[in-house]
Amino acid sequence: MDAKELIARRVAREIHPGMLVNLGIGLPSLVANFVPANAGVFFQAENGVIGLGARPPEGMEDPNLTDAGGGFVTAVPGAASIDSAMSFGLIRGGHLDMTVLGGLQVDARGRLANWKVPGKMVPGMGGAMDLVTGAKSVVVAMQHSARGEPKIVAECSLPLTSLRRVNLIVTDLAVIIPTEDGLVLTETAPGISVDEVRAQTGAPLTLAPDLREMELA
Amino acid sequence: MKRAIKPEAAAALIPDGSVLLIGGFMGVGSPHRLIDALVARGARGMTVVANDTAMPGHGIGKLVTAGVITRLVTSHIGLNPETQAKMIAGEIDVELVPQGSLVERIRAGGVGLGGILTPTGLGTEVEDDKPVIEVDGKRFLLEKPIKGDFALIAAHQADYVGNLAYSLTAHNFNPIMALAGATVIAEPDAIEPVGVIPPDAVKTPGVLVDHLIERAR
Repeated sequence: MDAKELIARRVAREIHPGMLVNLGIGLPSLVANFVPANAGVFFQAENGVIGLGARPPEGMEDPNLTDAGGGFVTAVPGAASIDSAMSFGLIRGGHLDMTVLGGLQVDARGRLANWKVPGKMVPGMGGAMDLVTGAKSVVVAMQHSARGEPKIVAECSLPLTSLRRVNLIVTDLAVIIPTEDGLVLTETAPGISVDEVRAQTGAPLTLAPDLREMELA
Repeated sequence: MKRAIKPEAAAALIPDGSVLLIGGFMGVGSPHRLIDALVARGARGMTVVANDTAMPGHGIGKLVTAGVITRLVTSHIGLNPETQAKMIAGEIDVELVPQGSLVERIRAGGVGLGGILTPTGLGTEVEDDKPVIEVDGKRFLLEKPIKGDFALIAAHQADYVGNLAYSLTAHNFNPIMALAGATVIAEPDAIEPVGVIPPDAVKTPGVLVDHLIERAR
């Protein structure tokens, strides 16, 4: 299993029947593969559908039915199509149970940076600032480090997406819960030691009393 | 009743230097033939307000390539490296706006509001130089309304009254922009006899629409 699949399988365990969930483009979008189709979960794509379904078979694409990355999707029975004001009303208004987003950095206060690397890459925030501000729960799904550099840092050096403390960080090495008192390590990936997690983390980690091995969907 | 016009005739109505609100999300729900006509007539100096600039060679990406745009108000340019390159080179002045704030600023412009108060962007670069207003103990950013000289939108169905209905994820910014353009030009996939679109299915009442683009032949 590669790192991305491991992260996606772990995030999938956070998703429960009856939830409305928004998955970001890239790694987070893989999470849907590990949530059973009959789980009673509605996925939102912020470009305008509640009830996002799997990729259609070739030849059965609808040019007017895509996800936020522009890829062809289907809609499940019971789906609704909405405009951008309704879509972001749901997001900002607290009607979205969970958003899963990628991250460039998360700091010791649980603040996320994921929309800009000054001078290098300026993709824009898209819906990320609204999602992090408004969703009931924010899950960051990312690789623990990038080219040997920790992505979990004492203080974000990149521009913040929001001041809001995210609820959960899931990486290929660990599950971490940001709290008022700092980052708490609650799970380690199979075969990974606490020391290995600490070596690749740029912020202090407290160990949860019930620290355990990651379970995957 | 409105008589449909050719895309070239519509493009001739739009002077250089106009502010254009253009519908679409990664090209889905964009007025593609109108965009082609603007490129063909060599339009210059436009301010474009749009969710994104799609990709090079697609949708609004064609306006970027052809040098039509001098100022861009948008939420995401991550999938169009050409827009990023022109921004860094100083050829296009880009204002990045969170997607939910962008759609509500356009809505505010269209429905006569003096702006919106949103928590999105507080404490980030988006806050810079904007008033922060406290309401019942909560802090909000004041985001100003946006209006356009023209709204260039796409729809699924139109009738000759100008009523519009949309399809699936091709709604996105279109119904909102239809309120905020001084002149509204709609490019439908199909134009139906009056009465075919049920009143309950009309999302944009025809009174808002000034011109229809005739069907592709």
